[in-house]
Amino acid sequence: MIEIKDLHKSYRMGSNSLHVLKGINFKVDDGELVAIMGSSGSGKSTLLNILGMLDGADSGEYTLDNVPIKNLSETKAAQYRNKFLGFIFQSFNLINYKSAVENVALPLYYQKVPRKERQEKAMKYLDRVGLKPWATHLPSELSGGQKQRVAIARAMAAEPKVLLADEPTGALDSKTSYEVMDLIQKINDEGNTILVVTHEEDIAHMCKRIVHLKDGVIVEDKKIEQVRAEQYV
Amino acid sequence: MWLFDRDLWIEIFHTLGKNMFRTFLTMLGVIFAMIILVLLLGSANGMSNGFDKVFSGTASNSLFVWGQQTSEPYKGFERGRRIRYKIEDADILKRQIPEIEVLAPRIELAGHSDIVTVYRNGRTSGSAVYGDYPEIDDITKKKLVEGRFLNQTDIDHSKKVCVIGEETYKLLFEKGEKAIGQDIRINGVYFSVVGMYKPNNNINIDGENAVFIPFTTFQKAFNSGDRMGWMAIAVEPNTQVAVVERQIKDILKAKYDIHPNDERAIGSFDMSEIFNNISAFTTVLQGFSFFVGIFTLLAGVIAISNILLITVKERTQEIGVRRALGATPKIVKRQIVLEAIVLTAFAGLVGFAVSVGILSIMNSMWGSGEDFPFVNPMISIPQFIISFLLMVGLSVLIGLLPANRAVKIRPIEALREE
Repeated sequence: MIEIKDLHKSYRMGSNSLHVLKGINFKVDDGELVAIMGSSGSGKSTLLNILGMLDGADSGEYTLDNVPIKNLSETKAAQYRNKFLGFIFQSFNLINYKSAVENVALPLYYQKVPRKERQEKAMKYLDRVGLKPWATHLPSELSGGQKQRVAIARAMAAEPKVLLADEPTGALDSKTSYEVMDLIQKINDEGNTILVVTHEEDIAHMCKRIVHLKDGVIVEDKKIEQVRAEQYV
Repeated sequence: MWLFDRDLWIEIFHTLGKNMFRTFLTMLGVIFAMIILVLLLGSANGMSNGFDKVFSGTASNSLFVWGQQTSEPYKGFERGRRIRYKIEDADILKRQIPEIEVLAPRIELAGHSDIVTVYRNGRTSGSAVYGDYPEIDDITKKKLVEGRFLNQTDIDHSKKVCVIGEETYKLLFEKGEKAIGQDIRINGVYFSVVGMYKPNNNINIDGENAVFIPFTTFQKAFNSGDRMGWMAIAVEPNTQVAVVERQIKDILKAKYDIHPNDERAIGSFDMSEIFNNISAFTTVLQGFSFFVGIFTLLAGVIAISNILLITVKERTQEIGVRRALGATPKIVKRQIVLEAIVLTAFAGLVGFAVSVGILSIMNSMWGSGEDFPFVNPMISIPQFIISFLLMVGLSVLIGLLPANRAVKIRPIEALREE
């Protein structure tokens, strides 16, 4: 699904440049649930941004679903993001003046899905995250966990190849975190490929594989025994 | 075509509608600008219409010619000779200058501004007395309140009838007394009143204290022979009054042995000059109103752009999310520009509606044009369309500013911000 070869990325900070990613190689197969771990500054968010086509790499290869991702125009990147990727952010990033269902329907709007179908699909995914009764509520009327579930529904609505979650539980208490992880696990059980960036050990262990980043290189990449979040809920 | 994409419009109205207060504040500038533009233009139009009404009773393409005293000696005549026209001059002029449409000769009792005795039941009015042809009514229209004006039969039979002004009526009659059919005495001759006119806010050359009698009756009653006092002349619509005026003067100068360079011997008054001056004035006024209004509108539209710039900054995260979810730069740009257009157009329409309301109130209060020239203040449809298109055009240009800034937002930076 995802293949990365010798990925480099550096940022210019005034006169000196900061080398954030120093040759990353890794591969994610269909249906995997991968945790990308590392302390802050290890480059994990940068990696996720590059994977999410929100940022470009300086050098290296990136293939997503056999499509080479390179030198994309803004328009092309937007189209690929819409088609291939679903984003889940730490701060949810819901549009605050749109109701839950409208938020979920937004990626479908950019896919030019007809209105009625959009509405139905959005409702279906809201239902899957258990928020159908809150469909018409604004984000401000939802709890943190509910917001993140709306965001997950939104990420899934476009039926992407890969879900990218950037600290999905970073803004949540541990009980809600486990609820969200439970949902992510269940989505993964259905065969979806998910990448989770986190710095929390317990969250990472709820994935099936942990990739450790340190100072811009992968220091560890191991499959683990998945801890089910269900038992903590 | 994307313009008819229902979803796009829903998205735009949704965004604007969910931020009602902000939307409203943004629109205020344009609303006020539109009100100012329409009020200025409407008032200028009202003024123009008012002047039109003032002149409505007078043929605009007309001139008046009378005799004065020569200022140059010529052909053995000394200077200071009084020029007196003869009734035959009217026919000569009409024959020689085909551009003359109407020529109404007039004779006045005594000299100009001299007072004549007009009696009735021991009252006198000191009115001016004119011997006229009915054609004069085509040049300076009388607003009759009662009866009729002089007609051809009066002329043919030299009837002893007269038409009086309201001012004359007040001086000669009791309040409420009926004037039609009553006799008044002018220099010892009795005339029967057949009509009365009232002032109509028009240019009034004759005044309201005046008595009009048939020209032929005047000749007999006051023994004026073939003398003629002055001429009211209307020229054909597409003819320059000044040209005809020149021709008339040349003919009269030759006939009465006036020095060709004598500018004072023949008095004349070109009505069209006043019309042209006033229409130039109102045109300038309208142009100026438009100019001021458009710049006010520009300021209003810039305010919209300004606020959209601020909201783009405010919406950085939202735009970033949209981009992450698959909105292309084009979509983002289009949305911001359309927001600018919709805001401007809607505000413009609101401002237009409000100002049209104000104009109708102004119209019902002062629009009759009785006190000052102000009639039917309203903007014309072309004026409205031009200002509206200009406004929308400006909003497109100015909406591009915030739109380009929105496009420059990179999703990654937008999402990091918080």
